[in-house]
Parts: sequence; structure tokens; C-alpha cells
Amino acid sequence: MTTSDLALQLWPPAASATAVETDWLILAFTVLTLLLTVPVFLAIAWFAIRYREGVRADRSSSGLRSMPIEISWMLIPFLLTLIFFAWGARLFFISKSPPADAMVVEAIGRQWMWKFQHPTGQSEINDLHIPVGQAIRVRMTSQDVIHALYFPVLRMQMAVLPDRTTEMWFKADRTGTYRMYCSEYCGTDHSRMDGRLVIMTQAEYAAWLQDAGAQQGGQAGAGRAVYEAYGCGNCHDPGARVRAPSLAGLYGRPVALADGRTITADETYLRRKILNPNRDKLAGGDRQVMPAFQGVIANDDLDRLVAYIKATGPRAQQEDRR
Amino acid sequence: MSGSATTGDAHALRDPGIPHATLDREADYLHAEHTLRSWFFTTDHKRIAILYLASITAFFVIGAVTAGLVRLALVVPDGQVFTNDTYNKLFTIHGVVMVWFFLIPSIPATFGNFLIPLMIGARDLAFPKLNLASWYVFMTGAFFTLVSVVLGGVDTGWTFYTPLSTAFSNTWVVPALIGVTVVGFSSILTGLNFVVTIHTMRAPGMTWFRLPIFVWTHYATSLIFLLATPVITLALVLLILERAFHIGVFDPAYGGDPVLFQHLFWFYSHPAVYIMVLPGMGVISEIVPAFARKKLFGYKFVAYAAIGLASVTFFVWGHHMFVNGQSDLASLAFSVLSFAVAVPSAVKVYNWTATIHKGSLRLDTPMLYAMGYIGLFVLGGLTGLYLATLAINQHVHATYFVVAHFHYIMVGGTVLAFLGGLHFWWPKFTGRMYVESWGRISAFLIFIGFNVTFFPQFILGYLGMPRRYHVYPPEFQFLNILSSAGSTILAVGYIFPMVYLVYSIWFGKRAPANPWDARGLEWTVASPPPAHNFLTEPKAPEIPYDYPIQASETQRHHS
Repeated sequence: MTTSDLALQLWPPAASATAVETDWLILAFTVLTLLLTVPVFLAIAWFAIRYREGVRADRSSSGLRSMPIEISWMLIPFLLTLIFFAWGARLFFISKSPPADAMVVEAIGRQWMWKFQHPTGQSEINDLHIPVGQAIRVRMTSQDVIHALYFPVLRMQMAVLPDRTTEMWFKADRTGTYRMYCSEYCGTDHSRMDGRLVIMTQAEYAAWLQDAGAQQGGQAGAGRAVYEAYGCGNCHDPGARVRAPSLAGLYGRPVALADGRTITADETYLRRKILNPNRDKLAGGDRQVMPAFQGVIANDDLDRLVAYIKATGPRAQQEDRR
Repeated sequence: MSGSATTGDAHALRDPGIPHATLDREADYLHAEHTLRSWFFTTDHKRIAILYLASITAFFVIGAVTAGLVRLALVVPDGQVFTNDTYNKLFTIHGVVMVWFFLIPSIPATFGNFLIPLMIGARDLAFPKLNLASWYVFMTGAFFTLVSVVLGGVDTGWTFYTPLSTAFSNTWVVPALIGVTVVGFSSILTGLNFVVTIHTMRAPGMTWFRLPIFVWTHYATSLIFLLATPVITLALVLLILERAFHIGVFDPAYGGDPVLFQHLFWFYSHPAVYIMVLPGMGVISEIVPAFARKKLFGYKFVAYAAIGLASVTFFVWGHHMFVNGQSDLASLAFSVLSFAVAVPSAVKVYNWTATIHKGSLRLDTPMLYAMGYIGLFVLGGLTGLYLATLAINQHVHATYFVVAHFHYIMVGGTVLAFLGGLHFWWPKFTGRMYVESWGRISAFLIFIGFNVTFFPQFILGYLGMPRRYHVYPPEFQFLNILSSAGSTILAVGYIFPMVYLVYSIWFGKRAPANPWDARGLEWTVASPPPAHNFLTEPKAPEIPYDYPIQASETQRHHS
């Protein structure tokens, strides 16, 4: 994370015109709020002192008629706040009307990971790289429960629904690496369904696309994210509480099975063990506890995961967890 | 109201099996009978109120302990205290228990039950047996849900959003929902009982505009119970059927629409906010004039504002779904309608303030709670307007800003009103006085602890910390530690009243009939009230809140 490691932050960074205007909106609204409430609070405190029992004070009727005063405190604050309704609605509708030249990024949410696909075909997991100064239109759908894609730096979020496509658009005006979250509670690892929004210059973005395109062939990098997203490491990482077999350097090695056979851990073996762990039980008598991923993991993710396991060796073990 | 003058009446009302000689005073409702049976099969609205009070206090403790564990977990950003699953279960227990088993029944089922007949000059509610039945229904449903949520580890949050709750959560969702559905019927029974009672059992001369605001707000609350609760019952039954039989209403895998559940859920759950808020407003409207020694300012406006809130609340549920795939035009309409809620809310706050103006203020414990309530409710209400603003909602929806906002309404509002009312009517409920200085200390502790806990959450939300996050970025840690620290102050503030109030039941000074010199028929009977409330026909006051200082009077100086 390149985001500031300061323990205390009081105002979030803003990276779009909409975000800046949202800040002005809430600040102006806060000024009005203070104008409406501070006099009431001061009045209550002052009355509590001035008119405390036993204190001599003029308690004669103020002569205020109740009708006009009731009408005025009903309507004046309401009409003043309506300014903010109108301002907020205008800004909201602008943020719902993407320009025609917007670049379309497809997003898929699922428990508990994000996948983004760029118009040129490259895809990435839990990170979104975008060029600055370019209108981006994110078209989202979910493969399971409802999620929501939230970029605080853009002051924007949108539900990601399983039965249809939702959209959001924005135009970032500041480069940097910022946080991205799932903001609709989606089960166990909801709070781990976060990631990074990387806003780059046009040139950096073009270079990143090429690089990402080159990595697509190997797929191992994306497979690491799949490995994380499905929580494989909870059992298979060294030091995990469940002592599942280590996957480091597994590929291509002979594996002893409970029925006496010894087979080679090839790609087919890895796939079959992920989809149905109860096949080809391992020798050693440990209880088989891994759940089956048949029908759970999508084919493209399985490809990436297998690619990651193939690539993983002693070196991968030393790599920091994200 | 003690002494021999009324003995004849009391004899007629008392169970002849009880020897009178053992009673040191008139047969008040607490001492009329002593057996367990006399409590668990009572049809006396006052005893049923005490049953509810004991039950919701127990549920409050469960909800508060889980909240404490949630705050404990959030002291560290990397989720080391619990597993993610355990954390999710903890906030689910906290939400389910606090919303359904504490906040919704809190004031209506306890104070409402106890006070409405007394305030309108009736001997009991219209349907005493139904009233007892509602407690049994409540306890059955609540106990069932609690056991399911704890043993079955329900992890859906109190909102039960589909399709997480229908297809993805491998926990005891169905039993938990059955319990919540059953509890809904207890709300309906209570609401029905209140509406009929207020319509038909008012004492002679007790016209609608002589009723205390407390009765008005409970009338408005009862209408919401009756009109909104069936919708959540329907939604939860559909959810149960969906989960059990895949009927395809909510789950897109079977052709359903998951957002439909949110519409049905919030069609009830937004009005439910007013089930929690309106009775609190009723309590504050009783406390403020009593401790300002002054007639309530703008009585009719305050009364109509209760009905106004109960009406407009049915047209704003969509503000929970601005970014959930609802049509933008619908969002626009729900946004402006939500702003309209500000009108009746402002009426309440400004009229309370005007009541204090030129009063003769006594800053006793109930009044301290009332003043705290006004401050926190105003902050909670206005941040509600921020959330109703479309562009702001797009940023802070589902963040800690929302968590802070609704805790200002629910805790700053309802819980403070509940505690204010508890201290105000405690002498009436128990016949005992608590130690005033302890009351004031705990009122201050709760006010400070509450603000330290929840104000930082507004900032966390604006910074973008999503709610229901067990693991969070390190830059949010300082504010989370501050919030958790505040919750320990809040906890101490909650423990104090539990101790000194319970202590007062046995060791407190005996309370006179009207320790606050307050108006209202409940103060004309002994503390605690006789088993059948009124020994003589109650006479309705011609003016409600007939306190020494009249808003309309001229040149009246306090001595």
C-alpha cells in the first residue's frame, strides 16, 4: 500500500471534480447545520443558567404568538435545507450521465474478490489501474451476493447486483494509489474484499497495459490473487492453523496416495484435487477436510490458480503476503 | 392517596385471599399479590410493563456486551482479536437484539404499557389478556431468535439482505427469522391495544387535546405498528420460503429480484425508526415542561407533528437504496420526501427549546437526560439530511457515517429518552426514590461516553471506512481506538443506573405520589399506583401541562 501510513487522518484525499464538489457540498451543509443548531444549543445552555429555579429573572410572557413563530421555524430551516437537496441532486445526476467518449471497464464482484477487465482485453484482480483525465465507465455485475464498489477518493459507490449490470462513471484528475472497498456486507471476508485504485498518467497506463498483457500468458500473477481470494492460504500456507500439505514446489513431484499408488502432481492432478479433494486420498492418514470447489471456482480462475501453483517454488514461500 | 378514606374501594378490588393486615399501605400493584403466578399470569398493565422492563433490560445487556466485543475487535486494524466469521456473528447479534428486542419494544411496551391507562384515566388497557399474550409472544419469539442466532451463528447482519441470507449463509437463518416474525405479532398486539384503549377508554372530560403528548406519540407509534409490521412479516415469511423452497421471489438464481427484499424490508424498517423515536419524543415532552415548570409551548403543533412524522415516514424508505440500483428518478423523489421529515422534527425541537425559555428550571436527572437527548437528536436528525442528499449519500452510504448517524438517533435519542423516562417515572413504578447525585453523574458519563464513542465515527465514515469491516486500513486506527475508549465510558454510565436503581427498590427513600410536582393523571395516584389505578373517578385537567408558568400569561414571577 502506498497510501499514507499516518495513524490519524481527518479528511480524505479527493481525485475528481465530483469528489471536490461533494466536499464543498458537505462543508456548506455543515455551515448551515451549525447556523441552525448552535443557537439552539446555546439557547438551551443559556436558559438553563438564566432561568434556573431560584434565580430571579423576568419570566413574563414574551408576547410571542405561537402561530407565526411555529410556521417560521417549520418552513425556514426546511427551505434552507432544500438548497442542499437541489445541489446534491444536480451533482448526483451529473455523476449518472457518462460522456459518450468514456472508456468502459467491466467489473465482476464475487465472494471475496474483484475482477476488472480493460477495453483492450487485459484483466486484473483486486486492483484497478486507470488513466488520469479520461472518463471511465465501470459496468458491474456480481456472480453471487450483492456487493458494492466504493472509491472514497472519488466519493462514489454503486451496488454490484447478481441479476443485472449497474454502472458508475468518473474522471480522475489526480494520479496516485488509493483505496477501493466492497461496501455492501457480503459475508465472511467482506472486510478483505478491498483493493487499490491506481490512477496513472496516460503514458504509464499504456505501459501498464502492455506489461499486464504480457503477464496474461503466464497467468501466475493473477493466480496469486485467486489463491488469496479463495482463502487457500488459510490452510496451505506455512504456519496456518490447519496443517494442510504445502503447495510450494508440489508441481511435478511424486505424491503417495492412500491406496498405495504414487502419481505425479501434474496439471490434471491439481485440477482434480481442487475440484474434488476426496478423490485420490493422500497417504498418511490425515483427515480430509478441504471442501470441494466443483461448481464454486470459475474455469478461468482455476486456470490461473493452477498456473500459480505450477509457478510457485521455494521463492514464492518467502514472498510477503499482500 | 393512602389512608382509610379509600379502604372500602380497595377491599372490593383486592383478592380476598390476601390478608390485609400484612400490608403497610393500600394494595399497590406491587404488593397486591406476591406469588410468581401473580406475576406471570397477571393481566395488570403495570405488572406486564414490569415484565417487559425486566426482559428488555436483559436483552439490552446482551446487545451491549456484543457491542463491547465489536469495539474491542476494532481496536486493532488487522482483525487479530476474532476471526472474520466471529466478528460478523457478533455484530449480527448486536443488531438483531438491539433493534428487535430492545429498541422497538423499549419505551412503548414498558412506559407505554404502564402509563397510557394512568394518563388517560383508565383502569387498564382495553384488552388486558391480549396484553399479557403479547409479552408471551414477544418472549417466545425473542428467545427462539436469540438461541438460533447464538447457537446457529447467524452472520447476515440484522438486515438479512438477499441473496446472502437466502442462498449463501450456511447458518440458522430460518429459525432466526421465524423468531423475528413472531416478535412482530407482539408489536401488532401492543399497537392494537393502545389504539383501542386511547379511542375508547379515556376518562370523562379527557378530550384528544387534553391528552399528554406521551399519549399522542404512542398513538402515532401504534399506527406504525399496525400498518408497517405486517409488511416485515410478509417479507420475512417470503424470505423463509425462498430459503427453504426456492420459490424465486428474491433469489436471482430462480428468477427473483434481490432488491425487492430491500424495498419490503425498509418499508417496515424505516417507519420502525419512528417506532423507536416517537415514544422517546413523548417522554421528552413530559419531562421538559415538568422541569421547566412551564406549560408545553405549541402543544397542538407538537401533537400534530407526531402524527406528521408517523405519516411521512411511510414515504421515505427508498433513501436506503440510492446506490442500490433503484431508479434515479425514484431516488430523487425519496430524497426530497426525506427532507420533509425535517419539518415535524424541527417543530418538536424548537417547541421544547421555547418551553425552557423563561421557565424555572430544575436540572434533575430526568431533565439532564432530556437536554442531552435534544442535542444528540438534533445532530442525528441533521446528519440524516446529509444522508438524504443524493451526492453525499453516494459517498457515505454504508460507511461509519451511517453507523454514527443512526446511533445518534437510536442511542442519543431513544436510549437517552428511555433513561430519562426511567428516572422520571421510577418513583411511580417502584414507590422509591433513587439517589439523585448518582443519577446526575451517570447522565453526564453517558452523554460524554456516547459522544466520544460515536462522533469519531462520523469522521471515519467520511474518510471512507465501510461499516461491518473487521479488518480495516491502519490509517483509521486512531479514531477507532478513540471510539472504543468512549464505549468503555458509556459502559460505566450504563452500569451505574442498573446498580443504584436496583438498590433503590429495597433501600431507596419512599416516594410520594408526586415527587416532581408534575402534572398529568399518573401523578394523582399513589406511588406505586393501586392495583386498579384509580380509587375514585379521575377528573381530566382542563388544560394539559398546567404548570405554574403559562406561556400565554403575563407578569408571572417565580417566587
